[in-house]
Amino acid sequence: MKVLILIGNVPDTNTKVKFNADRTAFDTAGVQWIINPWDELALTRALEVKEAQAGAIESITVANVGRVETEATLRKALAIGADKAFRIDADPADAYTVAAQLAPHCKEYDIIFAGVEASDYNGNAVGPMLAELLDIPSIAGVSGFNVENGKAVFTREIDGGSQTVTAPVPVMAIVQKGIAKEPRIPAMRGIMMARTKPLQVIPPQAVDARMKYAGFDLPPAKAACKKFTEEQARELIHALRDEAKAL
Amino acid sequence: MNFEFTEEQLMIQQAARDYAQRELITDVLERDRTGDFPHKHVKALSELGFLGMMVSPEWDGGGMDTVSYVLAMEELSKVDASVSVIMSVNNSLVCYGLEKYGNDFQREKYLKPLARGEKIGAFLLSEPEAGSDATSQRTMAVDMGDYYLVNGTKNWITNGNSASTYLLIVQTDPAKKHKGITALIVEKDSPGITLGPHEDKMGMRSSDTHSVMFNDVKVPKENRIGEEGFGFTFAMKTLEGGRIGIAAQALGLASGALERAIAYAKERKAFGTAIANHQAIAFKLADMAVKVENARNLCLKAAWLKDQGKPYGYASSMAKQYAADIAMEVTTEAVQIHGGYGYVKEYHVERLMREAKLTQIYEGTSEIQKIIISRELLK
Repeated sequence: MKVLILIGNVPDTNTKVKFNADRTAFDTAGVQWIINPWDELALTRALEVKEAQAGAIESITVANVGRVETEATLRKALAIGADKAFRIDADPADAYTVAAQLAPHCKEYDIIFAGVEASDYNGNAVGPMLAELLDIPSIAGVSGFNVENGKAVFTREIDGGSQTVTAPVPVMAIVQKGIAKEPRIPAMRGIMMARTKPLQVIPPQAVDARMKYAGFDLPPAKAACKKFTEEQARELIHALRDEAKAL
Repeated sequence: MNFEFTEEQLMIQQAARDYAQRELITDVLERDRTGDFPHKHVKALSELGFLGMMVSPEWDGGGMDTVSYVLAMEELSKVDASVSVIMSVNNSLVCYGLEKYGNDFQREKYLKPLARGEKIGAFLLSEPEAGSDATSQRTMAVDMGDYYLVNGTKNWITNGNSASTYLLIVQTDPAKKHKGITALIVEKDSPGITLGPHEDKMGMRSSDTHSVMFNDVKVPKENRIGEEGFGFTFAMKTLEGGRIGIAAQALGLASGALERAIAYAKERKAFGTAIANHQAIAFKLADMAVKVENARNLCLKAAWLKDQGKPYGYASSMAKQYAADIAMEVTTEAVQIHGGYGYVKEYHVERLMREAKLTQIYEGTSEIQKIIISRELLK
C-alpha cells in the first residue's frame, strides 16, 4: 500500500500570536515552524505499521502546499522516516486552494492521511475537501490504524466506545490525537538521510481561493479565576448536581 | 561571519530538546535521589544516535559536526547532566580518541559498537594522586612480549561500571616521565579488574563514578593506541575536544537554570506584583542572560574551530573555564530567585547548582584551564 500524509507547516504551539498592523494577516516574524501535531502523529503511526509488518506499506510520502521556506518542515518529516516528499509551490491561501492543488497529485496513493485540523487556522477542511475532489471515501475521527490481511483497518472513537472500520482503497483518513502515542523524534541517521531523499517541487495550477480573511482579532483576555472556599464549593456542587441536575 | 544554524543543526537541537523535555524530565528527580544508572535513557539516546553522533558514518556514527554536538549537549544538560556526561565521555573522549588515533583494527572492533551506542566507553586518566597533574601516572604497564601486564588504580571514572571499553592511560617507562606514558584499550571484563563502590556524589548522581583497580591485568599489544610514549599527547589532545562537551554541559546547566528562573519570576508574586517586575530580580535575570549568551558563543566558537580543522585547544579551554564558572554563578542566582522553593528539590534549580559545581572540577579544573589559556597568551 502506498501512503500519503499531508503535512501542515504550522507555528510552534508556544508561539505568541501577533497580527500585522491592519489585522489582515498573521505576523510570522520570529516564528518557529513545526509539523502540524496531528500530521506528525499520523506519520508516526504509519511508520510503526510499516516497520512492524514487512510489506504492509510499500512507501510513505509526505506532501504540502507552500513556499520554499516550508521545506524544512517536510525535511523533518523525511528525517523522521518518510520515504519521499513533494511540495506544491503555492501559497496555501485557504483550505480549498490546498485541496485543489493537491488533488491531481494524490491519485496513486491508497491511503491518504490528513490531520483533523491544522493547529494554526483550525479549518478542519482540507481532508474532507480533498476526499470530495478525488471522489474517494473519507473516514473522520480516526484514532487508530493498522493493516490486517492486506486491508486498512481504522478505529474511531465514538460516544461511549470505539468503532472499527475498513474501507476499500483509495481512502482518506482524517486523524485525531491518539492515533500514535507520541510523535517520533528523528534519529541522527534519519536526519543525515533526509539530505538524500527525494523532495520534488511541483509548479502550482491556477486555483482561485474561495475564502478571504476579513480580519483577525485576539480573543479577549481570560478573566481572573474565581476561587471558592470549601464551604462554597460544596454549595456549588449541590446546586449543580442536585438542583440543576447538570452533573 | 554567520550566526545562523543549518537546518540539520536545528533539527538535532530540537530532537535533543524533545527527548529531554519529554523523557528525561520524568525521572530525573527520582534518579538524583537513588543514584540509579539511566539505562533506559542511554538505550533510547543510542537508538537516536546521540551516543556516537560525531563519529563518521564509515564507523557507524552519526557523522554530525561539533556545533550540532554542542547544541544537543546544551539541551540535554538543561534537564539532566548525569545523562549528558555519559554521552559526552562516550562521544568526545572515547569515540573521538579511537577514531582519531586508533588503527582500523581497533576502530572496527571497539569504535563501531561504541558509535552505535551498543556499548559505552570510559576514559581512565585520573589517579588517587594524579588529578590535575596528569604527568604523575602510577598505573604501570609492563611489557611482557605480546601483552602488557597492568597494575594500579584509577579514580573518579565516569561510566566506570556501565562501560565495556576502557581507554586507559598508563606508565610504560617511568624514567621518561610523561614521555613514557602510553594509552591502551582495555575490555572491562578482563580478569584482574575490580571496581570500587559507586561514589556517593553531590550531583550528577545517576552517572556511575567508580575507582577501577587493575591487578595483573593482561592487555594485548594490539590494543595499544599509537606507539609507546604517545599516551600523554593522546590524553591531552583528546581532552581538548572533551572540554567542548563539558563546556556545553555547563552552558546547559546555566541556560536551564535561567529558563526556570525566568518562568518562576513571571509567576511568583510579592508586594502585589510578579517578582520579575522588581528591578532587583529583573537585573539578576539580565546578568544571567548575558553570561549564558557569552558561554554559548565561546562553546560554539570552539566547536566551529574544531569543525574547520583549525586549532581549538585555547578556545575550548576558554569555553570550559568560562561556562563552568558562570554555570555556578547562574545556577546559584536561580536558587536565590526561587527563594525557599529554590532550596527544595522539586524545583530542580538546587540540583542544577550541585551539578554545576562538578563542571568546574572535572575534565580539567577551572584553574588548569587558566594555566592553558595564560600559557598561550605568554608564549
